[in-house]
Amino acid sequence: MAHDEVSGAESSASDSSAVETSRTASTSTAVIASDVVNPGEPAHRQRVTDTDPKAAKRAQRSVYTLFYLSIAGSIFAVAAYMAFPIENDDVGSVRLNTLFMGIGIALALFGIGLGAVHWAKAIMYDKEGIDIRHPVRGSDETISRAVEIFDEADRESGFGRRTLIRNSLIGALIAFPLPGLVLFRGWAPQSEDPAMLLSHTMWKKGARLTLDPSGIPVKASDVTIGSVFHIIPEGLNDAPDRLEQKAKAAVLLMRLNPDDLNISPGRESWSYDGIVAYSKICTHVGCPVALYEQQTHHLLCPCHQSTFDVVNECQVIFGPAKRPLPQLPIEVDSEGYLVAQSDFNEPVGPSFWERS
Amino acid sequence: MARKSRKAGRRHPLATVVLIAIGLVVTGGGYALLSSTTTATADTSATSQETIEEGQKLFAANCATCHGMSLEGTADGPSLIGVGAAAVNFQVGTGRMPMAMQGPQAMQKPPQFTDEQTAALAAYVASISPGPAIPDPSLLQGDGDATNGGELFRINCAMCHNVHGAGGALTEGKFAPELTGVAATHIYEAMLTGPQNMPVFNDDNLTPEDKRDIITYLKYLENNPSPGGVELGSLGPVAEGLFAWIFGLGAVIGLMVWLTAKSN
Repeated sequence: MAHDEVSGAESSASDSSAVETSRTASTSTAVIASDVVNPGEPAHRQRVTDTDPKAAKRAQRSVYTLFYLSIAGSIFAVAAYMAFPIENDDVGSVRLNTLFMGIGIALALFGIGLGAVHWAKAIMYDKEGIDIRHPVRGSDETISRAVEIFDEADRESGFGRRTLIRNSLIGALIAFPLPGLVLFRGWAPQSEDPAMLLSHTMWKKGARLTLDPSGIPVKASDVTIGSVFHIIPEGLNDAPDRLEQKAKAAVLLMRLNPDDLNISPGRESWSYDGIVAYSKICTHVGCPVALYEQQTHHLLCPCHQSTFDVVNECQVIFGPAKRPLPQLPIEVDSEGYLVAQSDFNEPVGPSFWERS
Repeated sequence: MARKSRKAGRRHPLATVVLIAIGLVVTGGGYALLSSTTTATADTSATSQETIEEGQKLFAANCATCHGMSLEGTADGPSLIGVGAAAVNFQVGTGRMPMAMQGPQAMQKPPQFTDEQTAALAAYVASISPGPAIPDPSLLQGDGDATNGGELFRINCAMCHNVHGAGGALTEGKFAPELTGVAATHIYEAMLTGPQNMPVFNDDNLTPEDKRDIITYLKYLENNPSPGGVELGSLGPVAEGLFAWIFGLGAVIGLMVWLTAKSN
């Protein structure tokens, strides 16, 4: 395409066959003579259905066959609904019913679609046509008439002249969405600070460790070496926001040989005779970390494969997690049940902005 | 002489043969009737000394190289003191033991021993020091509460074994195998003894009734087709995504190309 260095416009090379009377006036592009010849449209190509009557007959047959198949599919779907009913106690009947009805309906709809498209492509009239695009700008009479109408409307309504009415209307229109702000403000949690909610769990001093989901308390003597107990705090099943609490308070209880544990100073009293309890919520994105490998003492998170070493207080030895799992300090009460000494000493789960 | 004299003794020449035959039948039948070896009933609770001795011979020949002649363990295999008949039945019955080669995990393979030999090995190991016993058949019928079993499975088992029991990967070459097609007794024993890197789910954690319910749930999964259609290995989004992206999107693109192409 040739470029005009002055105006930066390209010469248009289309619609050379039609006479464009308003082209030079409306497009305001500078048309310059160039040595690029407009090749025009490509020659019309005959379809095989135009040249070969047998192919045309075949295409016609395909189209009405597809439409008949569509009818067959619809009838088949109705028949399948009756022939493969869903039984109450047979799970497999759902599968058959859905499958055959689906096949029938798919055939019904595809038949119509494929048939229609094939008809349009292969049989229908296919000569190219040209639609002249008229210029967007209206004629001068239309424009001046429009201006007249606006003036008339302004005069008759007095909108421009009566400034008190106009300004008070504008004020009312600005004011009416304000109640919506207050209404929608109520959606945000107002009485609870989310950082506080994330920093504390249901665990407290004396809360017994109970089995998930039954809530039966666990005795220290029940936990044998190599065991894994899935723990929730006592009273969780009665909490009104049970699932939100469980998402923070889930704990994994394991027992290892006490000689294998490397306990750091200050945490000597947090475990009991090799029984350790760690938060189940991964410190990466929050999946429950419960894939405990009994012999290697590694705890694996299934989502992104963060691996925690239980022997070294769940330090991260692989994967995207950056912080070890928080440990729940536990002890044994007078009846032999395992109880928590306090809440976790740090927020559980993934990092958040206010986490210190 | 042309004819034997019948007067003296009146014994037929074949009488001795017949008498010996009668004697043999009487003594043999009497031995069979009165002998103490009965094979009609199999006593599972009390094992005879013969079984334990057979187990000891099998153990010495096949297991003692790695596990020690008196089950004390060696550098190649852990001690079997206290593992119980349940562990032996599981490991030997599923073919995992004798282990073919050292590695991150003992692979399941065709069992090397018959049921009787497995029982003998289990009896021998249990006789050395007691441990978890082979479960009672009443817990293995799959007639428990599948709903409770499903909830317990999702809480305790699904993270390693996949929510449908299709198995899953662990670290460094270890894996949790798929649970379909596993005998109920082996499922119970695996939960009870915690083989290899699987944790132990003793009877205080999952009671025998809980274990029965979990087995019922797994059998339900095995026996009922998935209502959603083809399971694609029950692997969830990965398998389904692969299918949808390759076949589904492929079909959509193919249709799109056909739609916009000129008729030939």
